[in-house]
Amino acid sequence: MALFQRKHKPVLPGFGLSMGFTSFYISLLVFLPLAALVLKTLELDWDSFVKVVASKRAIASYQLTFGASFVAALINLVFGLLVAWVLVRYHFPGKKILDALVDLPFALPTAVAGIALTALYAPNGWIGQYFALFDIKIAYTSLGITLALVFIGLPFVVRTVQPVLEDLEKELEEAAASLGANRWQTFCRVIFPALIPSLLTGFALAFARAIGEYGSVVFISGNMPFRTEITPLLIMSRLEQFDYAGAAALGTVMLLISFILLLLINALQHWSHQRHGGVK
Amino acid sequence: MKTEAAVQLRRATSEPLWLRLLLTTLALAFLTLFLLLPLVMVFGEAFSRGWDVYIAAITEPAAAHAIQLTLIAAGIAVPCNVVFGLAASWAIAKFQFRGRQLLITLIDLPIAVSPVIAGLSLMLLFGARGWWGEWLNDHDMQVMFAVPGIVLATIFITFPYVARELIPLMQEQGREQEEAALTLGASGWQTFFRVTLPSVKWALLYGLILCNARAMGEFGAVSVVSGKIREQTNTMPLHIEILYNEYQFAAAFAVSSLLALLALLTLVLKSSLEWRAARDLADAAKVRSLE
Repeated sequence: MALFQRKHKPVLPGFGLSMGFTSFYISLLVFLPLAALVLKTLELDWDSFVKVVASKRAIASYQLTFGASFVAALINLVFGLLVAWVLVRYHFPGKKILDALVDLPFALPTAVAGIALTALYAPNGWIGQYFALFDIKIAYTSLGITLALVFIGLPFVVRTVQPVLEDLEKELEEAAASLGANRWQTFCRVIFPALIPSLLTGFALAFARAIGEYGSVVFISGNMPFRTEITPLLIMSRLEQFDYAGAAALGTVMLLISFILLLLINALQHWSHQRHGGVK
Repeated sequence: MKTEAAVQLRRATSEPLWLRLLLTTLALAFLTLFLLLPLVMVFGEAFSRGWDVYIAAITEPAAAHAIQLTLIAAGIAVPCNVVFGLAASWAIAKFQFRGRQLLITLIDLPIAVSPVIAGLSLMLLFGARGWWGEWLNDHDMQVMFAVPGIVLATIFITFPYVARELIPLMQEQGREQEEAALTLGASGWQTFFRVTLPSVKWALLYGLILCNARAMGEFGAVSVVSGKIREQTNTMPLHIEILYNEYQFAAAFAVSSLLALLALLTLVLKSSLEWRAARDLADAAKVRSLE
């Protein structure tokens, strides 16, 4: 018995209870279901697995999902930095309200966002009608999917960059200016490098969120196979045909990608933390 | 001379007026286009056919049942996830152990995993042809296409939110206060309820309201496991989808407006909680400087 006892008993109690409950909860909710997903995939032999996950329809859906998610995350990277900058550095009326509103995509149900965006950008919608004059279709095309993904990922870059920008010491910029740098040089060489880790973290978070998004996209996409069908939707249609193994195979591929992205994000956050802490 | 130097310094560490105006306008235009317009759209469409249609849409039996089911699902999922959040953050923030980083990654997983995959996984466990399907069937219990499945899917999707708010804060606060309470003779539970809980109350409340907003709005995972049976397994977001697909736009937006109101309420509460947390922090700093 004494063999596995710790030398120093921790002062605080409750490790066993809280850790036990946490592991139980996570095993039941995350481990078991995801294990079921992977095991279901293993029911397929290699050839049929490849046939499912590398079918033309699946590949078209990956291209759309990853392409649209990447473009949306890129748009969020640029505008997220802009919004964070304006919210931290400038003063204007209604700023606090706008700051609070940035979190709307976190709080607004995805289905509500989906139908609102579709109604806005449909050919007869408030915005869509002006694009229809130039023969540009937004809803029911990959453009509309990208817009929905921009909405979903909007808070991530703003909320990761904002605190770093707030903590950035003004003295550094003053020092750069007194050494003869103009404003643009100061931004490129002093401010921007300090923001890179948080920008990358926000980008990766927005990208990861966009890949799995379903609710807001399903309304605006039109769901045409090969053209506007995202991967979560393809999984859904496999399910509706009771092809559980096929759905599980696609799900496993996406799960793997999500997990890798998550590990990457953790590493980025660690780096960001170190960089950020190092400045002080 | 002094003021001139100050002006020069300000000029060197800030942008010219035209650029400030340009950047602010661009940011405002972006936020208006992506945040304000969809929100205005929801309320505009909801009331486009007048009050009577609006009231009828949110009080018809199918809508009332959907609202009830959404409240039940969130009412079970949120307390479960609050208890989980407190336990997980206590273990992770107050103790060092192997696999801690992996545990944090696992807690984040539902945020990155597609809700459709979450629903599918639950289906493979509890569905008729799933691992436990036969056993459940033999014992006359139905999880899929029934309320328990909806609750499980909601718990899965929303369990990170409370824990994510608490872990960084508890880590920052360290263990000294709890250790002091214990040396003064408090029991473990007393320490938890009188020392730890009050110091994280705003973050806990914020995690709770965010968790609640996501729970009431969950769509993808619930749509896999619910079966969408009207007046039985339809939650509010699923009800909205059905109305929308039946071209009952005004009704769909009317039910949506309730969820949009919930989202706005969540944002207002969040801002006020942040303000309170900042005030508490400032007060604590003031007390420390007086000592």
